[in-house]
Amino acid sequence: MLQAVPAPPLLDVKDLTVQIDTRRGPLLAIDHISFHIARGEILGIVGESGAGKSLTGAAIINLLTPPIRRIQGEISLQGARIDGLSIQAMRELRGKKIGMIFQDPLTSLDPLATIAQQLIETLRAHLPLSPSAARARAIGLLREVGIPAPEQRIDAYPHAFSGGMRQRVVIALALAAEPELIIADEPTTALDVSVQAQIIELLKALCAQRGASIMLITHDMGVIAETADRVAVMYAGRIVEIGPVAQIIQSPRHPYTQGLMGAIPSLGADRTRLTQISGAMPRLTALPEGCAFAPRCTKAMALCQTQRPSLTPHEQGAAACFLLEGATV
Amino acid sequence: MSSTTPQPALPENTASWWKRLADSDITYSFTRSKVVMGSAFISALLLLLALFAPYVSPHDPTNLASLDLMNSLNPPAWLQGGSWDYPLGTDNQGRDMLSALLFGLRLSLSVSLASVILAMALGITLGLISGYFGGWADTIIMRIADIQMTFPAILTALLVNGVVRALLGLNHTGGADYWVLVLSIGLSFWVQFARTVRGSAMVERSKDYVAAARLIGVRPTRIMFTHVLPNVLGPVLVIATISLALAIITEATLSFLGVGLPPSNPSLGTLVRVGNDFLLSGEWWIVFFPGLILAILALSVNMLGDWLRDALNPKLR
Amino acid sequence: MLAFSIRRMIEAWVVMLIVALLAFVLFRYVGNPVDQMAGQYTSLADRELMHKQLGLDDPILVQIARFLWNALHLDFGISYHFREPVSQLLMKRGPATLELSFAASLFAIAVGIPLGVFTGIYKDSLWSKFFLGVSLIGVSLPTFLIGVLLIFAFSVELHWLPSYGRGDTVALGLWQTGFLTASGLRALILPSITLGLFQLTLIARLVRSEMLEVLRTDFIRFARARGLSERAINFNHALKNTLIPVITITGLQIGSIIAFAVITETVFQWPGMGLLFITAVQSADIPVMAAYLILVSLMFVTINFIVDVLYAFVDPRIRLHAMSAT
Repeated sequence: MLQAVPAPPLLDVKDLTVQIDTRRGPLLAIDHISFHIARGEILGIVGESGAGKSLTGAAIINLLTPPIRRIQGEISLQGARIDGLSIQAMRELRGKKIGMIFQDPLTSLDPLATIAQQLIETLRAHLPLSPSAARARAIGLLREVGIPAPEQRIDAYPHAFSGGMRQRVVIALALAAEPELIIADEPTTALDVSVQAQIIELLKALCAQRGASIMLITHDMGVIAETADRVAVMYAGRIVEIGPVAQIIQSPRHPYTQGLMGAIPSLGADRTRLTQISGAMPRLTALPEGCAFAPRCTKAMALCQTQRPSLTPHEQGAAACFLLEGATV
Repeated sequence: MSSTTPQPALPENTASWWKRLADSDITYSFTRSKVVMGSAFISALLLLLALFAPYVSPHDPTNLASLDLMNSLNPPAWLQGGSWDYPLGTDNQGRDMLSALLFGLRLSLSVSLASVILAMALGITLGLISGYFGGWADTIIMRIADIQMTFPAILTALLVNGVVRALLGLNHTGGADYWVLVLSIGLSFWVQFARTVRGSAMVERSKDYVAAARLIGVRPTRIMFTHVLPNVLGPVLVIATISLALAIITEATLSFLGVGLPPSNPSLGTLVRVGNDFLLSGEWWIVFFPGLILAILALSVNMLGDWLRDALNPKLR
Repeated sequence: MLAFSIRRMIEAWVVMLIVALLAFVLFRYVGNPVDQMAGQYTSLADRELMHKQLGLDDPILVQIARFLWNALHLDFGISYHFREPVSQLLMKRGPATLELSFAASLFAIAVGIPLGVFTGIYKDSLWSKFFLGVSLIGVSLPTFLIGVLLIFAFSVELHWLPSYGRGDTVALGLWQTGFLTASGLRALILPSITLGLFQLTLIARLVRSEMLEVLRTDFIRFARARGLSERAINFNHALKNTLIPVITITGLQIGSIIAFAVITETVFQWPGMGLLFITAVQSADIPVMAAYLILVSLMFVTINFIVDVLYAFVDPRIRLHAMSAT
């Protein structure tokens, strides 16, 4: 543990907790999660819908809106705390230091503004550029993300682009001010399967060029396997397992992760049937007292019903399961 | 609500129904908002006052013989020259304002309710025909609705009013005023009902069970009333409440414009019209109290309608 | 775009034709025009002569065609009540109503839109809540009560402004305007506020709810994530996206203002078309009612048409759609 002056990771999240205020009392949407992302690293966040993946992304750049709010946690970027920033400072940080890409490219762009207007305003919000310089830069960005004939296309409105093309524009917008971290929230879910791989490849290549890190939020383990360096598995607002992708895929320790891996079809495997996790993730209103996964877990013990396991280090990762702590059935 | 099989009314069943109601969003939004509860209370109070006007009024404003010109233009009781015989003062004919007010409230509410019932009956019928049968009937009804929607309801009401007056001849008896008013307001508010019911009827018509019912020879009217209508009760209730508020305002406006109820049988609007003439000479109470009651009535019914719409339509919250 | 406009234009004419036919039915079948025009002592022979002169014996299609032809030339016959050509009456009364409606619309738009934007952006501020409460009262109150209240406060008690009439007017050719005299402008204040207040609250509430709606959309979230300033987000993106419904409703509201002028003109004894219409309804003066119906419909249809075209002009999606339809 004692290393010589470790450089701070690009992003460091400690004990992030997000609460939803409802009229029947507060609900914990994210429950004390901690993780970090190193410079140039791609961290995958995987989990079912409702596990808290998207809220984690939104919480980092403070885009949560009431009744959802962050009630606890430290978020540091390059060693400096960003969780207590003023509205103005946070605004300057968004786009400039941390870019964000949302799920649906069809609704991410203002339908009444041309691509040029949206790119130029983003560039000029962060960089000291003249309108004509910004326009030249915008055309360059569009070319980089693979929009054909960007000089002409730049003055079109979003509705003139296909879904895949629009997501390319969204990527151009997110990368415009050269942020060091991109939070990509299900960037390909709304797209045709045929363009999903292209978009992921594009995003990966552009970030690699710039040395930017990616926090890739998805429910698709396949995308993670091909793209990410490390992966965090979320379940019911908590991280249940985190570690290098190869380790998590080859020897998952948490029963939930094991179930997830069993559900990925693979060409080489001799297994003919995909396994399936029975049941569904509990709703936030009805979280069990013990481990949230216990009701669906084939290896659940009496202990799991009453107490919550915390993350236990294992090899280069960690998992939150009593089995790792040496408990026996 | 859309379930058609009769449920046996078991005690625990009703209990859970009550529990559900008490736990529902509607009840929640109702009890949370003091404004809504206040509006409901005031609406109920005004309705009761209107209902029992003949019993709670100190005088009979419809009995012209009881009027005494000696007591005309008395101010309210708490002002110099007022007396507790006439708590809110008297008008230029010596009529007790409080009694006139209560009877006016009764008339205003009665006209408005009758108009909304007419509009509802007309709108539901036309909406069902339009949505269920489609074709040219639908085209004609909806075209008329479209054109009518272009104009404000008050204009339609005025036009119908004028035409009916012309048809009846100008020297009609006083009793017709009431029904002319109901007709003109009723005809101005049917479109919303018709559109809502039509939409629902079109959805229901395309469902399998309706096709099956038709196949075994169930009559269309029966299908419409047993299957389509229960589905639109909620929206219809909302429209009815909002329409009631609008009908109250429309009635008052028509009467104020002098094409509603006559001064011999005044509604709240007529009272404001009459009182308006005395405003400049300083007898403010003749216009003030009817105006105030009218404002409170319109406001509280409107609040109820707004709340009902929001509560039944979670999307708008 | 052109094809779109032409299609809308044709639809507008169809509506006008239906309204004109309705007006004809009123004119021809509601009450007997001869009875209305002839005096009590007109002989039977004279009545028949009038019947002929009015063309009431001609085939029905000829009568309809004549009615439409006359209506196109703004000839609506003679008022039963005033015994004057209807077109002449309307010419005298029109400017008063149009000036009042114009002032009221200006008031409603100039105050309503900024108020809606403000309450949409600062939805939790005390001022917004205050405004919402007041606006609900404004929407619920009958227009005439507001007028009576204003007269009581500013004319009877404070003696600041006149309680009725138009004040002095100046003739600009055929147009009698009240805009050019001090007394005319003073007389305009209370009626315009009365007439515009309801529309003002409607517009403000609409802009507010549209603003709230747009501020919840993904592209606003993305704009925030891009680090744009609140100012740019609110005005460049949110406001622009609310404009389409706002233009539509505002346009239609202006149509309603002309119709609601009937009430305001009665309260303030404003010598406009609305007051004329009320007199016509009270006295079953069918030619005036028919003419008013046609004129007001024309205004509504024209406004609808302009709104539709403007709508297409503002929204690139519809613009494209309309162009591809050609």
